[in-house]
Amino acid sequence: MEYWEFHVGRADRRQRALLVGSAVFVGLVIAATLISKGSTGFQWIVSGITVGSIYALIAMGFSVIYSSTRVINFAQGEFSMLGGMLMYSLSTRGGLPPWLGFIFSVLIVTAIGAALERLTIHPMRDQSVITIIIITIGIAIALRAVAKWIWGTDPVKIASFSGDSPIRFLGAAVVPQSFWVFGFAIVVVILVFLFFNRTLLGKGMRAAATNSDAASLVGVSSSTSSLIAWTIAAAVGAAAGIVIAPINFAGYNFGIMLGLKGFTAAVLGGLGSAPGAVVGGLVLGVLETITAGVFPSGYKDAVAFLILILVLLIRPQGLLGRAEDVKV
Amino acid sequence: MLKKTSSGLILVALCLAVLVAVTAAGCGEQKVDTSKETYKIGAVLSLSGPAAPLGQPEQRALDLLEEQLNDGAGVDGHPVEFIIEDDESQPEKAKAAITKLINQEKVAGVIGSSTTGATLAMAPVAQSSKIPLICCAAGTKITNPVMSYVFRTPPTDSMAITKVLQYLKAKKIGKIAILHDSNAFGTGGADELSQKAGEYDVEVVARESYGSTDTDMTAQLTKIKGTPAEAIVVWGTNPGPASIAKNMQQLGMNIPYVGSHGIANQKFIELAGAAANGVVFPAGKLLVPESIEEGSEWRTMVDDFAAEYKAKYNMDIDTFAAHGYDAGLIMTKAMEEAGTDPVKLRDAIEETTALVGVDGEYNYSAKDHDGLKTSDLIMIIIENGKWTEEKSS
Repeated sequence: MEYWEFHVGRADRRQRALLVGSAVFVGLVIAATLISKGSTGFQWIVSGITVGSIYALIAMGFSVIYSSTRVINFAQGEFSMLGGMLMYSLSTRGGLPPWLGFIFSVLIVTAIGAALERLTIHPMRDQSVITIIIITIGIAIALRAVAKWIWGTDPVKIASFSGDSPIRFLGAAVVPQSFWVFGFAIVVVILVFLFFNRTLLGKGMRAAATNSDAASLVGVSSSTSSLIAWTIAAAVGAAAGIVIAPINFAGYNFGIMLGLKGFTAAVLGGLGSAPGAVVGGLVLGVLETITAGVFPSGYKDAVAFLILILVLLIRPQGLLGRAEDVKV
Repeated sequence: MLKKTSSGLILVALCLAVLVAVTAAGCGEQKVDTSKETYKIGAVLSLSGPAAPLGQPEQRALDLLEEQLNDGAGVDGHPVEFIIEDDESQPEKAKAAITKLINQEKVAGVIGSSTTGATLAMAPVAQSSKIPLICCAAGTKITNPVMSYVFRTPPTDSMAITKVLQYLKAKKIGKIAILHDSNAFGTGGADELSQKAGEYDVEVVARESYGSTDTDMTAQLTKIKGTPAEAIVVWGTNPGPASIAKNMQQLGMNIPYVGSHGIANQKFIELAGAAANGVVFPAGKLLVPESIEEGSEWRTMVDDFAAEYKAKYNMDIDTFAAHGYDAGLIMTKAMEEAGTDPVKLRDAIEETTALVGVDGEYNYSAKDHDGLKTSDLIMIIIENGKWTEEKSS
């Protein structure tokens, strides 16, 4: 437990400087790209925002479970994978109208998420956080194996929500699905933020993560909190998986990449912060695309993991995370 | 009552059986001599794991061949049995499987495996045990340098690369950009393309890569857009090349897209959708049977194989089924000459000439254990979601 609880920040000023510093750095990179590469650079940034929105959506799921239970759920990418694959089976193959397929896929994955929490996390609730994190890795492997058994190894395609003809502006081209992903990320971040900051249940769940005894006194047990968090994270993950599948395709092993990049985005933005997840995702996506554009493209993935290591070393609470325990 | 009906049925069945037997004998068809010893052939294929889409059609093809042989004349009258092991797409398991087949099952020859990695793990075992091995994997390393006991059926990656460069030369495309998967297949292909390009008056003006699970290649493509490349050569397997086709459409890039044989499957068309149209790639002629001369032995071979495969499994043939079938065919033909002595069998395989399989005509020699030639491949273009032969001239 203590490892994941961030130490109380001693030097508030130093951290603010770091935050401002990194914001200026990202701003400078974007400005330099735009000035030196013009519309090509603008295309990179636009593509980066699309990719970044995908990362942000996955990061949101990490945030929900982390802020309620301090657990990092390494099966988060698998929820998105399941969402995409179910959408394929129900709508692309099964012929359900897309909105109905969307609802059913999300409901099924949500039920799976809740069931997994009760069957695997709940019985281990007295164990250390690190034990539970290892269980989530086991869940991820199991879900992947089941998906492979059901759907096979080939990736599948899901139709875009509103066509494939690209929209052009200022010399850049964007596919309409990008707007869906970006818009969806914004809606989800607002909902999650409101839930955790404006509703009694949400506040109670955050309190339960910090001090479970005190929270249970006001009626939110850490056990309920964990169940609700997993349910929300599974729903967000599944919906995200469906919205990104038309850009991304879907496949039994796609959760690995989504999970890793989403985790990096969550750490970058500050684990447990919903706005942080969006900022982290966008920054990661844009930096990655610019790197692929400017340097030999093979270095692109190194950037993501270099950022992860740097953030963990310099500012483990992330860009928007708070060093102190949150007041509720 | 019930008893009467069933005994009546048995009588009818008996009559039919006699009739069939008489007709068969009347036609003078050869039959397997069941008193002869069964010829056992081992096979190690990737029936599960990531390479299962390769191993499963290969297994189906071998099962079909076994059925055809045992329904017909067998191998020199002997019944045939393919003993198939699963390597789970793992080299170590492949090595264990071939060891088991040789030591316990005492097979005379082995077919497999489906992937280059697994085959490279099996090859030294076959070589040191002096048991001939015919693999279904395309990696250049397997037969270069030649190991005396190791053969293959599929066209090699090198042949596909040569085919692409010949095509570019014929189309008078002098400047290309390479965009490749950063895995072994993509990197190996890009290296060989770059090395050989000069021989075909092709200049590589840009070389970019992407990760196997990347979903957005617009950054690499906009970079290529800024170069004088007249065509883009994409070397990878699904889903990357499909994302690239979609991104090119998004960016409005109209230069020709030449893919690798890694996209010679319906999956690519399904994933890329309309963006697949116009994409050109090298592949075996069997994918477009019309490209093989009508009435030729090869065309009959492909048509018959496709029909019987469809009848047995209700599936269309693909290149992997062809590799598996041809491996079985070469092995059993050689057995007809040499029997089950592994050393004689190896010699017989190496002496195989003008044997028409589904993939093409096999001619092995002491120096060439690949069997096929670059000319056994064609360039295919996707038009309205369908494959058609793209004539170079």
